[in-house]
Amino acid sequence: MTATARGDRRPWVLLTPALTAVTLLLVIPACFIVVYSFWLRTGTGAEQAGFYLDNWREVLTDPFYRDILGQTLRIAGISTLVCALLGYMPAYFIAYTRFRHRAYLLLLLMLPFWISYIIRTMSWISILGVSGAVNALLQWLGIIDEPLQMLYNEPSVILGLVHFLLPFMILNIYVSLDGIDRSLTDAAKSLGCTGWQAFREVTLPLSLPGLAAGCLLCFVLGAGTYITPMILGGPTDAMFANLVYEAIITQLNWPLGSALSLVLLALLGGLVAIYTRYLGIDQIAKSFR
Amino acid sequence: MDESTRYERLLARYRDGDIDRRTFLKMLGLAGMAAGLAGGPFGLLTPREAKAAVEQVRFDGWGGVVSEAFREYAFKPYTKATGIEVVDGTFGGADEYLARVRASQPGEFNIAHLSGVFDYARYDGLGLSTTLDEDNIPNLKLVIETLQKPFRRITDGRLSAVPYDYGTTGIAYNRKYVSDEEARDKGAKLLIDERFKDKIGGWSEWKTRIWYAALQTGQDPNDIEDMDAVWDAVRQHRDLALKYWSSGAELMSLLGEEEIYVTEGWSGRIRALQDQGHDIGYLDPPGGLAWQECLFVIKGSPMAACEELLNFMLEPEVAIAVAEGQNYPPALNPKKVDLGEKVPTLPAFDPSGTLASLNFFDPAYWNDHEGQWSKTFGRVQRGY
Repeated sequence: MTATARGDRRPWVLLTPALTAVTLLLVIPACFIVVYSFWLRTGTGAEQAGFYLDNWREVLTDPFYRDILGQTLRIAGISTLVCALLGYMPAYFIAYTRFRHRAYLLLLLMLPFWISYIIRTMSWISILGVSGAVNALLQWLGIIDEPLQMLYNEPSVILGLVHFLLPFMILNIYVSLDGIDRSLTDAAKSLGCTGWQAFREVTLPLSLPGLAAGCLLCFVLGAGTYITPMILGGPTDAMFANLVYEAIITQLNWPLGSALSLVLLALLGGLVAIYTRYLGIDQIAKSFR
Repeated sequence: MDESTRYERLLARYRDGDIDRRTFLKMLGLAGMAAGLAGGPFGLLTPREAKAAVEQVRFDGWGGVVSEAFREYAFKPYTKATGIEVVDGTFGGADEYLARVRASQPGEFNIAHLSGVFDYARYDGLGLSTTLDEDNIPNLKLVIETLQKPFRRITDGRLSAVPYDYGTTGIAYNRKYVSDEEARDKGAKLLIDERFKDKIGGWSEWKTRIWYAALQTGQDPNDIEDMDAVWDAVRQHRDLALKYWSSGAELMSLLGEEEIYVTEGWSGRIRALQDQGHDIGYLDPPGGLAWQECLFVIKGSPMAACEELLNFMLEPEVAIAVAEGQNYPPALNPKKVDLGEKVPTLPAFDPSGTLASLNFFDPAYWNDHEGQWSKTFGRVQRGY
């Protein structure tokens, strides 16, 4: 018989502060965003309260939003893939190194979080800009005569996102690799596997949950960002969150912005739900323990 | 029944013994919790205005040297004279600030250094304007009449703000690649010159984009007849542009680092670049765009305290120091006030005090089209 079934209220008492905070700061505001999405913006910028489906009709039927959503998913997907490819090796190294001070390597992984995300993103302007370090070096070496235009396009947006997301990916894979029983690879080798075969047949499959958790986290964070395309993108390199920003901040159309944000929330929430259904959310939680 | 009446009745019931202390506090607490959740649907539940002695006034501006000048020359003497503290906040853009104001409680934000007549009309349209008692702001007499008139027209003769400075959004170009003659000859069309593909910039603001597109298509920006041609010109600029910038700092960085050679730009920012030694030319083309900034008092503010602060800020010593800091001429009439040596050299400065040569947004015209045009620009700038 469970504690609750016995009438033990202690779990609920202990959970009350967290539940109250989540309700007040997340659930209730989210409910109001839902309410807002059915309002209308008037000519003066003020809202007209009521139950109107105009915003939803527009968001769900207008190909403009569909296209930007597609572009968002593509950019987030590519960034996630690049993070997975780049992130596995450092995670493996940290997990399997015999270096005495492995904790310092993890600390190095956390180091970027000490600097503002905006500053980190803007640092690429000094590196890849026309007057940036890379162009200066290439010109000094005589490889190019004119500076290369490397910024303000989709690749530079992806670069910025990878820079932002990579630590999350490495951390998730590392946690997964660190939890693998080393005797399993030893057993595989003792049964005749080469080092590569042991990795392919034992280590890699066992680390996939971490890789999947990293991919989910990177994709969700990447698809919801608007700062990176704003700083490193060109005129047409927008993501869906930029449309939410513009609707709410520039056009002062909070009802439309609410509908847009709910679409993004539903899409990314759906992904998390699918992941949880098949792989479980525990893997992500492990990374933050 | 408004919220303050509701509170008074609640208090009366408690005093009369109709409700006990615990119930009174619980009801008050629930109301307070609702008040903490501000904006939009929450606004339907929240009390209107906190009634308390004025201990502080909040001022929000653009930060940087401007705020420093305000702090030194206006806020400190104001606090010394009145005992009222000035809480000095900053914002990155007028739109972002308005979003914050709308999500706030009445009285939370008091005075803002806003852009142009357009914002004045927008704030008034949202019911955020006030009525200044001009007798409490004697320095208002020193302000250029032309700058006050558009505000008075919007709010039926009264003022909710005092004009503070003005400037232009002209064409900035790198002289290494564009000569002064070429800039003069091409005017607004320099921004859609294919020779500078991927070296052109532009402000990501729909009004400015449309204004310059109107000039590029030979139309009066305050009376556009062929909007399709304007959108085509906006698209043409978009396809040639490397980047839309969204702040003065970004504009200066893109021009200074030679990421772009041509863009429209704010006169004060371009002057700052020139002062830093960059060889940047600046041109107000025929029909070019001028604007003014104001100090707007937001609804729910302590009026007397705000009016006194506005008067401090309009003191010639303060206004000139701010003007020299931000490189925009003050709204003070040069026929009435000696503006010193630097101000007359600033771009856009009009020694006549009439501003007859400058072109401003017609607020009624632009506000009428704001909803549709800002939305369409949101699509056009994304490739549509």
